[in-house]
Amino acid sequence: MEEEFQSEYGPKWSDQRVERMLGALVLAMVALLLALIVTVFINGWPSFAHNGLSWFGPGGNVDDQLSEISQSAEGGAGYIYTFHAWPLIWSTILICGGAVIFGLITALFISVFLIEFAPAWMSNVLRPVVRFLASVPSVIYGLLGVLVLVPFIGNHLITEHQKSSVAGIISLTGYSLMAAVIILTVMIAPLMVSIFTDALASVKAGWLEGSLALGVNRWRTIWKIGVRAARPAIVAGTVLALARAIGESVMLAMISGSTAFAPNPADGLIFIYEPSRPLAPTIVKSIDQLSSPPAKATLFAIAAFLLFSAAMFSLAGWATRRAMSKYGAA
Amino acid sequence: MEGSVSDQHSTVEQQAELETGFPGGVVPPDAGNRPPTKAVEGSSTWSLIDRIGLAFCWFLGLLFCAIAAAIVIFLLIQGITYLKLDQLVTPAASGFTEGETGGFSDAFFGTIILGVMGISMALPIGVAIAVWLVEYGRPRALARLTEVTIEAIAGIPSIVLALFGTVIFTSTALGFLSRTSEGVVFGRSFFAASSMLALEALPLVVASTREGLNAIPRHVREASYAVGKTKAATTRRILLPTARPQIATGGMLGLGRIIGDTAIIVVLLGATQNFSEVEGVPFPLNYLRGAGTSLTNFVYEASPTGNLNQPTKAYAAAFVLLLMVLALNAATDVVHRRAKKVGTWSH
Repeated sequence: MEEEFQSEYGPKWSDQRVERMLGALVLAMVALLLALIVTVFINGWPSFAHNGLSWFGPGGNVDDQLSEISQSAEGGAGYIYTFHAWPLIWSTILICGGAVIFGLITALFISVFLIEFAPAWMSNVLRPVVRFLASVPSVIYGLLGVLVLVPFIGNHLITEHQKSSVAGIISLTGYSLMAAVIILTVMIAPLMVSIFTDALASVKAGWLEGSLALGVNRWRTIWKIGVRAARPAIVAGTVLALARAIGESVMLAMISGSTAFAPNPADGLIFIYEPSRPLAPTIVKSIDQLSSPPAKATLFAIAAFLLFSAAMFSLAGWATRRAMSKYGAA
Repeated sequence: MEGSVSDQHSTVEQQAELETGFPGGVVPPDAGNRPPTKAVEGSSTWSLIDRIGLAFCWFLGLLFCAIAAAIVIFLLIQGITYLKLDQLVTPAASGFTEGETGGFSDAFFGTIILGVMGISMALPIGVAIAVWLVEYGRPRALARLTEVTIEAIAGIPSIVLALFGTVIFTSTALGFLSRTSEGVVFGRSFFAASSMLALEALPLVVASTREGLNAIPRHVREASYAVGKTKAATTRRILLPTARPQIATGGMLGLGRIIGDTAIIVVLLGATQNFSEVEGVPFPLNYLRGAGTSLTNFVYEASPTGNLNQPTKAYAAAFVLLLMVLALNAATDVVHRRAKKVGTWSH
């Protein structure tokens, strides 16, 4: 009787055994993540150690520094690690910050529209459109940027006068901050829309109805009550999108301009036409130099910086969402 | 576990609310008889600024539709113009004219190989992790740590995963997964790329599977235990089959992520536009251990910023890639809709 009872998933698939096996797998996953973090930081450490805090600071031409670093492995005169990443960091801040600000505004309006105002036919179209935009591979965005948006900006938006005014410093070809921000916005806004609409849809109907009953119109109700109640989710979604934007490498490698130039807003509006190169694309562009130990350390240092910031952002987003679910507003 | 169950409830309610348009998805008893409430006010009484805001909503909504339509139509036109079917069966070659350089068959099959290998690693591991999290989840500290881990993996930029991959797969212990010459491990292979891609798809599979398992009410499990089934048997016979639509959804989302990724492939597979088989190894392994390419890598290299600079072929390859993504989206939609119908236990 006992045997029959146990036959199908008998001692081989007993509960304890399955639990132990799954537990081991889960532990292996945790260990893998730890290994990843440790590996990236250890490999990047020489670069941080040689530069100290000036790693994050400005100074010199980053492209020259990178080529000196990778060539120093052959010279025999010792490795060079001098690297000041500020132009890359600044470019990352400008591009990702710009895209997240525009994406936040866009996504907020679209979510409000989807939840409250769009007629059924419109939301039936817009929801799949948002999902589609989120699933287009970044390399396709990059290709369209290179072949459509960049030539358009270069030929039609930037005037000859503007080109000649900075000719001695940098050539304006259309590979620009503007192109990068526009495309990155289109890439990350759908991600925010999906989080925002979930949050707005779960705002308690009674709160909204209360406001409507007091004679507040629907537009103000959804903004003053709905969007405010969903604020934690909006923070979470924005932060997640920021993490995604920081890690975007291939699309930006294609259209941001690929010179380590730091666009200066003090130059006036022309800075949005200036090329630059954020951190993640720098790794993609220099990946061939991985065989040179100092270059490898530098690239891993960049990766460590990216990993740290992206992980911090996504953990912050996750924590906000979690904290929020306690108050039932998730 | 209680927490996650109640979380789930709220999202299920959300979805129900979205579908039915009534709070909590509860349709009032007389809803069928009366026409949908037309009590919504129009915007005619609003102040100007509110109306401008609403107009801006419409503008952005239509803009998004226009962007999506522009992407699809533009690539469709370019694809029809430049895609020749023999490009899908001709490998890339070096040459000076368009005719000599061949097609991108290796990239096309590379994408398929990566998709199959990546998802066949991500799916079982992801489902196992989700099962552990929902059905076992003790000690709680480890469960919490696992959630954080999965969340962190989802947040790791793919270029960082790629760099991590170069460290693992160039180690001599894993030399059997890629090309080795004179003790130096090459580190670029389908094994290397697809295992890192699997890591990228993993969080999607875990999240979707958890959602599916959480949606199964407690009494279903209890009924199974009551007839003497073990937890393992219940999971395999009852829970996983019930959650199958959600698992499939997660798998397809993961697959989309895998075939759309470029950074990992450029770093861990690329450097060539052809399969480069390893000599002296039996059939499938010689290709899988060698370097290769994928459609994303081909598009990247064939774009004007890449090494090949053949924009027309980049368009053709991008069109094929877009078709794959669209097909995957459509399939996900169908499965997801079925998941909602079957998996909610509302009947």
